[in-house]
Amino acid sequence: MQVVNTIVQGILLGSLYALFGTGLSLIFGVMRLVNLAHGDFIVLAAYLGLLAVALGLHPLLSLVIVIPVLFILGVLLQRGILNRVLNEGLMPPLVITFGLSVLVQNGLQLGFSADSQDLDAGALETASIRLGEVTLGAFPLITFMTAIVILVALQLFLNRTKLGQAFRATSDDPATAELMGINSRQIYGWAMGLSLAIVAVAGVLLGIRTNFTPTIGPARLIFAFETVIIGGLGSIWGTLAGGIILGLAQNIGAALDPTWFQLAGHIVTLVVLAVKPSGLFARTRDA
Amino acid sequence: MSAVLTVDNIAVFYDQFQALFGVSLEVEQGETVAIIGANGAGKTTLMRAICGALPLASGRITYNGEVISGQPAYALNQKGIVMVPEGRRIFPSLTVEENLKIGAYRNRPGMWTLPKVYELFPFLKERAKFGGTDLSGGQQQMLAIGRALMSNPALLLMDEISLGLAPIIVKELYEVVAKIAQSGTTVLLVEQDVGRGLKAAKRVYCLLEGKVSLAGKPAEISSEQISRAYFGV
Repeated sequence: MQVVNTIVQGILLGSLYALFGTGLSLIFGVMRLVNLAHGDFIVLAAYLGLLAVALGLHPLLSLVIVIPVLFILGVLLQRGILNRVLNEGLMPPLVITFGLSVLVQNGLQLGFSADSQDLDAGALETASIRLGEVTLGAFPLITFMTAIVILVALQLFLNRTKLGQAFRATSDDPATAELMGINSRQIYGWAMGLSLAIVAVAGVLLGIRTNFTPTIGPARLIFAFETVIIGGLGSIWGTLAGGIILGLAQNIGAALDPTWFQLAGHIVTLVVLAVKPSGLFARTRDA
Repeated sequence: MSAVLTVDNIAVFYDQFQALFGVSLEVEQGETVAIIGANGAGKTTLMRAICGALPLASGRITYNGEVISGQPAYALNQKGIVMVPEGRRIFPSLTVEENLKIGAYRNRPGMWTLPKVYELFPFLKERAKFGGTDLSGGQQQMLAIGRALMSNPALLLMDEISLGLAPIIVKELYEVVAKIAQSGTTVLLVEQDVGRGLKAAKRVYCLLEGKVSLAGKPAEISSEQISRAYFGV
């Protein structure tokens, strides 16, 4: 039963990674932009959750504040800064988001100190459901279902709404999208806003799940990257699968030897890179 | 008759390379005008400058009396200047129907709706759920025209719609162009095939090395004039 338990926990953890990866792959997909501050925004969301909790809100309810704040932050970041370097190649956005990463980490240290923090969700954190011999944590289960709901919603948004179609058209060919009346810069703003709104959820869930400090962002960025590398770009369900494979690898690795938690994830990622560099479920199509 | 579009002495550069040298032209309400010229004469550059996709170095473009040079392409789409780009540029991640719908992104009012476009191109309706780029070349070109019609153009720009297509398909395409022109839409088209251009248009401009080398009505231009204007010899 230890084996089944390890697998189930891995899947549940993987759903959190899927949320990490979704925001990253969304903006890469829409505007070929790699956001190196992605992990730090996840941590920023957790700290914003902390502020909301200080106001007396339950951590899950803090999302009512954290999601809009990060959404607006994303739109402003894109429209105010990143849109200015759109046609300057890959390097400027990398430098800018790397700078933001440093800025967010140091800003958080300044404001909250380097002490470890936690979003206290009370009894929810320890509640569990027994299914036969397997015990499922209530909170990891909530995380899993939240991830599914967000991924389904994102899929519906991209496939069924006019704005979602504009996202896809802009991703395919921004110059032609402009000819059709689409302001690509506006689309990029919404895409970054949406990406950070998903980050908001991921960050608060992370904060409830584990302790965090201002400097854990880059490691979350790596997990987000690994999720996207394993799952492949362009497929939302690929991202979920990528997250689950990463979560499984880490948990199985840790079950074999506690120090292998991260190592196992990295090895699986490298194997996928070597065997299928486009990811296991890539669905990107080129003109 | 009043000029819908006036291109006044424009120059366009790609970095250091000058592609257009003081090009001027006029398009009047409801007429079909063709721009002909050899490869590299600047036809596509001129179209891209008119629709707002390329900045001008000098000169200006007016549309219904308003100076539009400097305005972005998406804003000009809203004003009714709509382009069928060279090479069709169908969105590969979108289905046929989604490609058409994206043309109506700005909700510009007018006669063209999804059912109207399907009436014009019935085969598109049958293949509505196909991927946009799963169609044949000729069908994709019709999809690109349908997509532009969904924007309800007042001035429709068509860049090399016959490129790489079989003569029978090209003939069909130009029947469609004639229908669109009859509906009152002003059409400015670029055509490498001189015969096609002369047949479709009421007036033609010939470009040579980034300058207008000839302008006039097809009936009033001799073939010697055209070959001189086209080849520069």
